[in-house]
Amino acid sequence: MIHKHAAKGLVAVLSATAMLSLAACSSGSSPTAAASADCTAYSQYGDLSGKTVSVFTSISADEEATPHIESYKDFEQCTGATIKYEGSKDFESQLPVRVEAGNAPDIAYIPQPGLVNTMVATGKSFPVSDLAIQNIDANYDPVWKDLVTVDGKVYATPVGANVKSFVWYSPKMFAEKGYTVPMTWDELIALSDKIAADNSGGVTKPWCAGIESGTATGWPATDWVEDLMLRVNGPEVYDQWVNHTIPFNDPKVVAAMDKAGSILKNPKYVNGGFGDVKTIATTAFADAGAPILDGTCFMHRQASFYQANWASFDENATIAEDGDIWAFYLPAMTTDTKPVLFAGEFAMAFADRPEVQAFQAYLASPEWSNAKAKATPNGGWLSANKGLDPNNLTKPFDKLSYEILTNPQAVLRFDGSDLMPSAVGAGSFWKGMTNWIALNQSSQKVADSIEKSWPSK
Amino acid sequence: MSASIPVEKARKLTRKEKREIDSKNRLASPVASLMAVVIAVFWTIPTAGLLITSFRPSSDVRRTGWWTVFVDPGFTLKNYADVLTTSNVTNSFFNSIIITIPAVVIPILLALLAAYAFAWIDFKGRTFLFAFVFALQVVPIQVTLIPLLTQYVSWGLANTYWTVWLSHTIFALPLAIYLLHNFMKEIPRSLIEAARVDGAGHVRIFFQVMMPLLVPAIASFAIFQFLWVWNDLLVALTFSAPEYMPITAVLAALSGSYGSRWYLLAAGAFVAMVVPLIVFLSLQRYFVRGMLAGGVKG
Repeated sequence: MIHKHAAKGLVAVLSATAMLSLAACSSGSSPTAAASADCTAYSQYGDLSGKTVSVFTSISADEEATPHIESYKDFEQCTGATIKYEGSKDFESQLPVRVEAGNAPDIAYIPQPGLVNTMVATGKSFPVSDLAIQNIDANYDPVWKDLVTVDGKVYATPVGANVKSFVWYSPKMFAEKGYTVPMTWDELIALSDKIAADNSGGVTKPWCAGIESGTATGWPATDWVEDLMLRVNGPEVYDQWVNHTIPFNDPKVVAAMDKAGSILKNPKYVNGGFGDVKTIATTAFADAGAPILDGTCFMHRQASFYQANWASFDENATIAEDGDIWAFYLPAMTTDTKPVLFAGEFAMAFADRPEVQAFQAYLASPEWSNAKAKATPNGGWLSANKGLDPNNLTKPFDKLSYEILTNPQAVLRFDGSDLMPSAVGAGSFWKGMTNWIALNQSSQKVADSIEKSWPSK
Repeated sequence: MSASIPVEKARKLTRKEKREIDSKNRLASPVASLMAVVIAVFWTIPTAGLLITSFRPSSDVRRTGWWTVFVDPGFTLKNYADVLTTSNVTNSFFNSIIITIPAVVIPILLALLAAYAFAWIDFKGRTFLFAFVFALQVVPIQVTLIPLLTQYVSWGLANTYWTVWLSHTIFALPLAIYLLHNFMKEIPRSLIEAARVDGAGHVRIFFQVMMPLLVPAIASFAIFQFLWVWNDLLVALTFSAPEYMPITAVLAALSGSYGSRWYLLAAGAFVAMVVPLIVFLSLQRYFVRGMLAGGVKG
């Protein structure tokens, strides 16, 4: 079925194509027999038999994409619609091209609210339906809706989420050495000093970090600054900073950068298992936490998605509160506030056919979040949907993330660099932070240069 | 062309001839050979490193460089097993073949016809048109992406193989026409005229006089185009429908959204490299000959 166009199109390769499509079909995965779902919750979407909705996302690798495809099974069975999934690592560059050329997907999962705004500006996207707004209001913290509201209209529904304010550590190592999980920033610094004193002179350091990420090198350091902005200056100043009502080189921002620098640029603290401060710039972010398993590093600040990386370092590493690997919440200045930096994807529609709107609304429903959680046996996925049953999350760590994300006391703020104009958030901010580490530029100098790059409008 | 040389045997060699002899000697000297070997070795080191990396366990890849295998060997086939069991790899491998073969054949067919016309058929504006086609080479691919895709969508071709075939054809034609034209021009006029006197028309001249002489040029361009299309990522990502993505696009996604499986990339690269290697090694003798013949002379 896959190569029907080829067979139709070119006689010269007809025989080859036919042969190959046989091979291709036989190697395709057979659909797993899903238990017949309870369809009552799906009747509101109507009968969508014979309709197809195409979904384009940045989630492309097998082990992450397959759970997505599986999670649509209930919807497909109950409504009769077909969901066509496509993931590409070059999503961010490909989506604008396809939208411009009139070849847009029906639904795109967009990880940056900033890109949602850009897509709205093309005039080729559609606001969500009333049903979708109902689902968002019923199931999500209002912050999710505000992020994708443009001129009073909601343009996307939340899909997945991940929590960024985590510090990965090894509970076993902590127990062995008698260290305890810090609850405030001062305790965190005291612990870092203690670890540094206990391991002076070697490659073993309290922290390890890495910000190398190809063309996106620098982004892990922007998360540090964002987390510290929330902790040092509070959410209001954070919003002003992201919206550029205060300049990027405001003294408050520089103070937050210096606070991040008190760990990241402290030669006593970093870079465990890798070398000096400068190695942070050349270490791949995907590998940066690995020294914890080698015993040469104690703490690594990275988002909840990093859970998947531990298995690639050591398949037998247990991720549990008393296991080889676990994470604690990056403490705030006091225990009274709990600012949480998070990120996530949004489903945006480029068609207003009923089946597209129905599917978009469905993504914001508790049914989908639960179906997705069940379809992800290896964990590493969660949404902020209040209707998600934590028991459907198979990994204890996902439950912890979910608790933090839906805690009524949590002050949620979206990853700031994804909200800034892309010239800054995906450009000068990344480069600035790389210079901050690699060239040891001062926080003031870096903030000045980023401020200069902010597009004027 | 150079009929006068044997007549004056006694005269001193012209500067051009001296240079020819000189360069011949230089190419044959042991120093030059040594240099060539050294360059070849240096050129190969990164590839060799990649090959070694592809057989190393992920934990070793992360901790140490590939050169440490010589003191501390540790090999595994797991990377290759992981790559080959990734769902789309086999499928996309065939997609690559389906994309590449027409994307090589179509431009060669068209370019042969156009090059013959430019070389041997007199028509008004020939020089101008040829210069125009030649100049098209300066148009960067990136500029054409959105307009082309817009056209494909309005022609109803989007999400078929045709978008990729046509795009590769379009991008290949200027160079193909130029190379084949230069090669055809090299064929002595007397040969063509002799055939014409014997009553051959253009079709006959093309197939019976030109074609046998053109084989090295066609082969060399075919290799060139094959490698280009096989290794292409940009055109495929932009124009190809999701289910027709070639192996390069699948390889690019192999490492996972968060780069947790990047150690698979080395193994993936070698899986994708097998076909171009076979093609290149089996046709390489044409490659150098054809390039020299077609490319240098105007």
